[in-house]
Amino acid sequence: MTISAPDTIYRVETRTRTSTIAGLVGIVLILVLFAAPAFASRGLIQDLFFILTMLTLAQFWNLLAGYGGLVSVGQQAFVGIGAYALFAAVILWGLDPVPAILLGGVAALVLAVPFGFFAFRLQGAYFAIGTWVLAEVVRLIVAQWRAVGGGTGTSLPRTATENIIFTDQIAALFDVRASAARDILAYWLALVLAILTIGGIYWLLRSKRGLGLAAVRDNPQAARSVGVDAQRVKWFVFLTAALGTGLTGALIYMQKARISPDAAFSLNDWTAYVIFIVVIGGIGTIEGPIVGVLIFFLLQTLLAQYGAWYLMILGLIGIGVMLLAPRGLWGSFSDRTGIQLFPIRRRLMGGPLTIKTPSREE
Amino acid sequence: MNWIDTIVQGILLGGLYALFAAGLSLVFGIMRLVNLAHGDLIVLAAYLILLIVSLLGLSPFVAALIALPLMFGLGYVLQKVVLNRVLGEDILPPLLVTFGISVVIQNALLQGASADTRRLPTGDVGVASISLGGINVGILPLLTFGSAVAVILILNHVFYRTALGRSFRATSDDPTTASLMGIRPNAVFAQATGIAMMIVTIAALYLGMRANFDPAVGPARLIYAFEAVIIGGLGSLWGTLAGGVIIGLAQTIGAAINPEWQILSGHIAFLLVLLFKPRGLFPRAFD
Amino acid sequence: MAMLSTHGLTAHYGQFQALFGVDITLDAGECVAIIGANGAGKTTLLRSLSGVLRNEPQSIRYRGEPIGALPADAVMKRGVAMVPEGRKLFPSLTVEENLLIGAHARRGSGSWTLDAIYNLFPILKERRDNAGTALSGGQQQMVAIGRALMSNPDVLLCDEISLGLAPVVIRDIYKAMPRIREGGAAVIIVEQDIGQALEVADRVYCMMEGRVTLSGTPTDLTREAIHAAYFGAAA
Repeated sequence: MTISAPDTIYRVETRTRTSTIAGLVGIVLILVLFAAPAFASRGLIQDLFFILTMLTLAQFWNLLAGYGGLVSVGQQAFVGIGAYALFAAVILWGLDPVPAILLGGVAALVLAVPFGFFAFRLQGAYFAIGTWVLAEVVRLIVAQWRAVGGGTGTSLPRTATENIIFTDQIAALFDVRASAARDILAYWLALVLAILTIGGIYWLLRSKRGLGLAAVRDNPQAARSVGVDAQRVKWFVFLTAALGTGLTGALIYMQKARISPDAAFSLNDWTAYVIFIVVIGGIGTIEGPIVGVLIFFLLQTLLAQYGAWYLMILGLIGIGVMLLAPRGLWGSFSDRTGIQLFPIRRRLMGGPLTIKTPSREE
Repeated sequence: MNWIDTIVQGILLGGLYALFAAGLSLVFGIMRLVNLAHGDLIVLAAYLILLIVSLLGLSPFVAALIALPLMFGLGYVLQKVVLNRVLGEDILPPLLVTFGISVVIQNALLQGASADTRRLPTGDVGVASISLGGINVGILPLLTFGSAVAVILILNHVFYRTALGRSFRATSDDPTTASLMGIRPNAVFAQATGIAMMIVTIAALYLGMRANFDPAVGPARLIYAFEAVIIGGLGSLWGTLAGGVIIGLAQTIGAAINPEWQILSGHIAFLLVLLFKPRGLFPRAFD
Repeated sequence: MAMLSTHGLTAHYGQFQALFGVDITLDAGECVAIIGANGAGKTTLLRSLSGVLRNEPQSIRYRGEPIGALPADAVMKRGVAMVPEGRKLFPSLTVEENLLIGAHARRGSGSWTLDAIYNLFPILKERRDNAGTALSGGQQQMVAIGRALMSNPDVLLCDEISLGLAPVVIRDIYKAMPRIREGGAAVIIVEQDIGQALEVADRVYCMMEGRVTLSGTPTDLTREAIHAAYFGAAA
């Protein structure tokens, strides 16, 4: 005897009305962003490139700390190694910079293995400083690498930057100079990377693996008892974040075309800013880094001319948010309104029974 | 090249790193708080001493005496007003808040004192040395090491022989039960951070007299301190001294081989200990 | 006027309500036992009285003063000491240090000194330099009681002091109770061991599901009444 239950009785859904509308708006926004080079100035394209790459870094840091509970202060190691792998591939092996970006991601992934091996020997807060030490070690070692400029750094050779694939077509399409075409190419790549990152993280969090992730963050012991291997989940998150951070680092330095160890492994530029973006926007949400990066860019535009004051204010805002609204601006907004653009919670829909659940919203 | 000389220098440098580390170790031991602004607080204290020296024309040693209570007060207030509010199960808030404090201190110093490098005036002490068994040893490195040993002796005495230390240990074990004894955990934490800031002041005195400093050197001091604490084993102050000595030795030996390898050698010594003794050389029996 | 009293005391752990309007009183020099099954709210009541759980100010009064919202250290300084459930000795302190820390907020010059505690529990003097947690369960309980007495409290709250101990050890510990009361402290004991509780207490409250279901003197209470108060009238 076989029992075939009609498959329409129950559906497990994460979609909400708001998220559907947000999805439609998102698609329009993406189309507009892809078309932006047709009407936007070169300066705006560069600003958007900066915003998109910072957003991608922030999403990966948020995946690590907000979802994985791994507070790393050493992500600049992966930005730097990705960037240096790109420079090495272009300068030493004559590779085209665009495929070399992928090599940057691979290099970061490879580095993440010994990096994680050491860092995971430290718990909690000590993990944080441990990652910082490891990033310093990588910086110091790379600074000894004479072929890519040692401690002073180097630039991408003209022959390489002038012949990047697609730039001729882009230059012809928008009728711009080669340098502007290079910016447009970098911008499109950053846009694709940001969309893939957000989409990928959203997919991950909604998958079974995402549930395991939340379980490990909230209670490692309990997670183990229901069959989630905490160590494996941690490694998975760490390696994913390293890969994504490495790709972003390579892309950023392809656009910059000039590198030095101090810049590529900068704690401030690639980790401190990213942490503030995530904290101010709202840690543990996909929307948070998006809100955070916009506020960060606004603050930078308004205050960057004040130098040290700007960073001081950024630090104070970060402290203030942590003390007064630890879930960040988006988290507080979402708590108050219940609005989620990327809903992750599963809800049981439909079916013959109307189950009244006690009103225990988390 | 005189290897014995190098080794003596390395050991004495370890005293400085132990001074960097003792405050970090104390605060972590009592409230499980890792203060990412620790290095910047050392630099802040160095500027405070410098300010007192230049305002009042005093010797750095006397200026540090004046700075001690001021830094105690700063630590007390910082803990009471800010850090106590983020202590708890979740390690993220204290990390992010202390990281924010680190950025604020660095940039406040940059704004207030510029990026120029500074040094505390040392007078004759800076250049004086004595001969120990044929090796010339600087008075200042000797004083640094002696101060580190003295600080650890005093801390151990306070910790294990006084009522204050008893309340520190009890609160560290179990804040809720400590409060049933009439102890206010938040006040204990504030006192502990205050004391840590006094050690920071002593560390700052020697940092400022032995080398140039500027607003950006804090994070590296935090890293050396952290390495010394981990090498020594969490919660062991003598272990922290040993950890400082190992970092100091690795750095001076590395520098003797190739000046560019100084910092890297220290980090590699740390990674080796982490590889073979993940709980440090002198781990506490229970935790 | 009662020395310590609760007035419609309620308590919550997040969504879960543990106490529903509890009224009890304790007079000076009295010994009151609170009995009830697991989960009846006894420990929650003691945690509220000691200030570990914070409540409405007026829901707990001590010598006429509302103390419901005070933190544990402030309640303790007013003279209410607690022997917490599970002993809770400080592992990094020796036996003697555990006792001394009880005197951290010592009030006035009462009769309880280190010597008096060693007199009450002589074994502790022999083991004074051991780590508190190296002792047997019964000896640890003696340290926990001694630690609370070191502050010379006016009220001593004892949470499940017989839990997990052998009967002979429980007898030894309860043997100290008369001398503790001679020292001047009023006592509230929370017990699952009903026999022991009825033996030492002047009055008894029985709790079930966060409410007081029965109260009276040990001689007033019949086995049947206690049984009903313990497990519900239907049982």
